[in-house]
Amino acid sequence: MCLGVPGRVIEVHGATATVDFFGVRRETRLDVVDEPVGPGDYILNHVGFAIRKIPAHEIQETLALYELLLKEAEGDMMAADVRGEITASRDQGGEDA
Amino acid sequence: MPEVLLAAGASELRFRDPAKARALSAALGRVTAEIGRAPVSVMHVCGSHEQSIAKFGLRAVLPRDLNVIMGPGCPVCVTDVPEVDEAIVLAQDGVRIATYGDMLKVPGTVGSLADAQAAGAKVDVVYSAAQAVELARDTTEAVVFFASGFETTAVATAAVVLADPPANFSVLSAHKYIPPVMEIVAEMPGTKVEGFLAAGHAATITGSAIFERFVERHKIPVVVAGFEPLDILSGLVKLVELVRDKTPRVENMFPRCVTPEGNRNAQAHLWRVFRTVGGNWRGIAHVPNGNLRLRDEFAGVDARKKYRIDVRRLWTRAPSALTQTCICGTIMAGIASPHDCPLFGKACLPDAPVGACMVSSEGTCKIWYQYGGHPNL
Repeated sequence: MCLGVPGRVIEVHGATATVDFFGVRRETRLDVVDEPVGPGDYILNHVGFAIRKIPAHEIQETLALYELLLKEAEGDMMAADVRGEITASRDQGGEDA
Repeated sequence: MPEVLLAAGASELRFRDPAKARALSAALGRVTAEIGRAPVSVMHVCGSHEQSIAKFGLRAVLPRDLNVIMGPGCPVCVTDVPEVDEAIVLAQDGVRIATYGDMLKVPGTVGSLADAQAAGAKVDVVYSAAQAVELARDTTEAVVFFASGFETTAVATAAVVLADPPANFSVLSAHKYIPPVMEIVAEMPGTKVEGFLAAGHAATITGSAIFERFVERHKIPVVVAGFEPLDILSGLVKLVELVRDKTPRVENMFPRCVTPEGNRNAQAHLWRVFRTVGGNWRGIAHVPNGNLRLRDEFAGVDARKKYRIDVRRLWTRAPSALTQTCICGTIMAGIASPHDCPLFGKACLPDAPVGACMVSSEGTCKIWYQYGGHPNL
């Protein structure tokens, strides 16, 4: 899915970073990010890769949709896609029915 | 009208602002009426846009004369049958296949990767191309990453190809490139698309300028929009204004994420590894330059070069009659809606999909099945 998910960089080690996605910490690759990132920066993650450093003044607005979706119940498909991006896991077939 | 927007609460958020939603909806009605003919049809090409439109019930606040159609915006759905067959043949021959979850149930000529898995083939679901490489590092077995997705996702595949993957790792690319299919759909006689809404986060990588050539050629406006309900509504207002004024151009309504030039580093990765070639998109057409394939210098990582993949043995059995009835392609071309399909919600369900559009959470049929699609007005 092309929504991706924003997260806050905790630590950078070479080509990867430990990133906090709404409380879930995991590694994200930095190979294709548009500019250097460091601890405290926010990035947009797509399939395990940071694709953009989110400018400071845009962070709150970027987080808003996700915070709303994360309040949704398990069965909601759009929320399931976002949770999948956060936990870096997809159920087999992406099923949520 | 705005009760659908209010239903989910959280009114303190800006994009939930009901007054703004009302104003945008009214503006959209006004501008559409000013065109003076009906219907006006615009298309988006992004599963996340459709999810947001359907989930937040936006079609209920659209003017009656404005059709917002989801085009071929689901990469899983447009993965062609022979591409799935290639992965199935490799899996049957004992190669370990790693792929994104949605790809398991996409029908090939006969059966899917999930069927091959049930019959004993090794198929692993991964979330990321990087996980597929890790899988290869942890084993001596041959691992093929069956890679789907548009250019945004192909960037991740390119990154792992360039990061010195182990010798037992290769890529079976089913990656697709969006701009060429917009040209195909724009020229389809039954479609009559007058404007395109482009996906914000894909344009984060490609930049909004990627659409300039399309606009120049087809004189059809393109507006880049975000995913929040108000982002989509304001994108639509701008798009319909451009249709009304007959001033086709590219407008970026998602500047907080998208720049004209995009992410140059990601683009460099993408084009270093991939080139465009023509190929079929399931149900749509042959799309010149629509497929992303590995460049010759990466032959060692290209499953098509590494293995002799002969899919013809799958073709001795005929596909099921149900599959022949599926109108997924016509839906993705914007000519039909899921409700026009006799299988939708009956013989074709998320748990037992007949066509690819019911498989993926980005597919029109699955989204409409969950969220209801067109509300009854």
